Amino acid sequence: MPKHVIVIGAGPAGLETSANLAKLGIAVTLVEKEESTGGHVKQWHALFPALLPGTEALDAIRKGMPENVRVQNKTTVTGIEAVNNYFTVSGHNGWQEKADAIVFATGFQLFDARRKEEYGYGIYENVITSADLEEMFATGKSLVNRHGNKPERIGFVHCVGSRDEKVNNLHCSKVCCITAVKQAIEVKQMLPEAEVFCFYMDLRMFGRHYEELYKEAQEKYNIQFIRGRLSESAEDQDGNIVLKVEDTLLGKPLRIKAGLLVLMVGMEPLAGTKSLADKLGLTKVPDGFIQPADEVLQSNFTELPGVFVAGACSGPKSVSDTLADARSAALAVAGFLKL
Amino acid sequence: MKLEGKRLIWQEYQKEIADDHYFYARSCIRQTFFPGAEAVFVKILKEELGKDIHDEKHHTSCTGIGYHSDVVPFDTTMTVVARQFALMTEAGYENYAASCVTSFGLYTEILDTWHHFPETEAKIREFLFKATGREFNKPKNLAHASDIVYKFRHQIAGKAKYKLVDKDTGEPLKVVEHIGCHYSKMFPHKGIGGAEYPYVLSGMIEAWGGEVIDYPERRHCCGFGFRQYLVQANRGFSLSCSKKKFDSMEPYEPDMIITNCPGCPMFLDRWQYALSEMEGKTYGKGKNGIPVFTYEEVAGLIMGYDPWEIGLQVHQVPAEPLLEKIGIPYDPDRKFKGKNGEDLGMPESPSYLKFYADK
Amino acid sequence: MEKKARQFGYTITRDRQIDYDANKHDISKIVAAAEPSLNLCISCGTCSATCSAALFTDFSLRHVILLLRRGETSGLAKEVAKCMLCGKCQLVCPRNVSTRNLIIQISKAVIPAQL
Repeated sequence: MPKHVIVIGAGPAGLETSANLAKLGIAVTLVEKEESTGGHVKQWHALFPALLPGTEALDAIRKGMPENVRVQNKTTVTGIEAVNNYFTVSGHNGWQEKADAIVFATGFQLFDARRKEEYGYGIYENVITSADLEEMFATGKSLVNRHGNKPERIGFVHCVGSRDEKVNNLHCSKVCCITAVKQAIEVKQMLPEAEVFCFYMDLRMFGRHYEELYKEAQEKYNIQFIRGRLSESAEDQDGNIVLKVEDTLLGKPLRIKAGLLVLMVGMEPLAGTKSLADKLGLTKVPDGFIQPADEVLQSNFTELPGVFVAGACSGPKSVSDTLADARSAALAVAGFLKL
Repeated sequence: MKLEGKRLIWQEYQKEIADDHYFYARSCIRQTFFPGAEAVFVKILKEELGKDIHDEKHHTSCTGIGYHSDVVPFDTTMTVVARQFALMTEAGYENYAASCVTSFGLYTEILDTWHHFPETEAKIREFLFKATGREFNKPKNLAHASDIVYKFRHQIAGKAKYKLVDKDTGEPLKVVEHIGCHYSKMFPHKGIGGAEYPYVLSGMIEAWGGEVIDYPERRHCCGFGFRQYLVQANRGFSLSCSKKKFDSMEPYEPDMIITNCPGCPMFLDRWQYALSEMEGKTYGKGKNGIPVFTYEEVAGLIMGYDPWEIGLQVHQVPAEPLLEKIGIPYDPDRKFKGKNGEDLGMPESPSYLKFYADK
Repeated sequence: MEKKARQFGYTITRDRQIDYDANKHDISKIVAAAEPSLNLCISCGTCSATCSAALFTDFSLRHVILLLRRGETSGLAKEVAKCMLCGKCQLVCPRNVSTRNLIIQISKAVIPAQL
């Protein structure tokens, strides 16, 4: 009897894990709460650093998906139980299956920017999030403020909901710095006359070609970087957003208006991940992200045999890191199943 | 601005406010700064709303000014506040209503301290007992007086003679609301609407027909800041903070400013005089300033109380242009007359700010 | 000596380098012991951006913390006196530094040292 694995979540991590497991001859059920697969990347116009379109990335990942992957869509996993040497997983709609191993590929949720009340998201029309901007790019909506005018100045605020203990998120979301640089360039391509400012605490350009993109943003697009974190925003009579930061390198408080303010919302652990982990008895879920058995040597294993992690459910990851992590998870599962 | 976004936040910051039977503690300074405000509050609660309110004669300062100016230690402050609670207990009340925003903030801070450090509460109980022989219950409900007016804002609107509306155009008046820092900046969940978008005064303004202005420096402090004002050498900071706010609100052409703190209306009002004398600058139309009110005075005005009986003649920025805009009658001859018609004397006319004593 | 310098027509230019080894670090140790969250500052400047005092003076808690950490403590008493202890910085600090107490502890530590 072929081995059967249930992969929870059909974003890039779940898709890539499933495809690789299937190629190794394992029957896979890929459970997805939404109707279609693809996760957050469905809404993402283009991926850094080379501006690969999100849909193209997903098409490539889905392409050649083996037949022994069955997608159980529109199913939210509500129950998960370890019974002897197998697992029982059940959904909100009565679906239930057994499996020899489970892969958490539940991903992340975007930080709800309304929680930073002082930034005015949901209150001031011209405060949007990086996800909103990406959707505007994807749908081809033109960048206009509420009066229908092109904004003359656009500000990007890094670390919104990340590295901020006031919202209980100590972690760095890893992708926002480079996403801000990418989006700043895209905005500048759409509105060459506009001024673009990035407000940051630290610029974490650790990935391959990130530094190059940062340099391009300076060299080719004259994007300005101010080292200071937003303390509050307000609205003026014309709907411009008035920002208060400290220009920390000059050592003076700075006030600046922007016609459009983009909040770089970070990754938070998905609320449902923690409750599923609790049901299984996983104890190492310190901040809502599942902690692998060993972060260096066993990054896809959990403390429970037969339970694996892939992608951003164990911590923020870029799409390329997620795909590599997913392939690695598939091998870890295969090794566990002694194939 | 999307009002529904603010409404979502306001829903998150609501608090329980007692319905009746209040133990009222007045402010140290408000009766000098805005002498009618507290009397109007008591009158509206007793006479218009039929509430039971105990106007305590024997309470002292909460020591907030001294505490925030670093001259009164916290233990002393807590013991003095414990005495106020003892007076409340002895009078048979459990709903404490503070007139002063700083007192309210301090009571909140002390109750929170005692919640986290019960041994501190036990120590203070002992201090109070040794010093005065008194014992106390903690308030069942602690509210700032503006919370109570907020709670009954619709009843007040129902009985009101006037609205915050331009009588000629029917347009709502443009109102700046200014909240005392100690109301909710320290404990956002203890203030109606929280710290970033407080609703306590906005709710009154909406209910009474006005339109709230959200200007960029709305959150900024009036500049009182105790240590800023009390030390003369620092007083320029206080003035400069108010100026920052006036400069920011001026383009919106506000008709009035409403506040809920003892210090804010004092400084937002008097500093307009200082700024006009120092720079020749006035912030209202013509040579007028932007009149500044306490929420109680505004409640009194819309109820139809006589402007001079509620103390508007002691405002530095004259209220007359606003009274005329709403259509509230007043007798210019009685502005500087006492209760029995005696002459109270007239202040010196400012150099720039328009003065309304001339007949 | 000043007379000599005038006579020569030039003076010795004092070094503006932070002499980390010559500086005394006891004050930063005392403050860190009293308020350990001192060590959590990442110099993001949110405190200074929201600071009421910083609008009108050159007060910056971010700057004060850096001076303290480098042992540049000679001017600190004057610096911390500019703070009005309103606590707005504490509301916005992303690292939960207990900023208000930190300033009180710096004042306590530096004032006796400079008397």
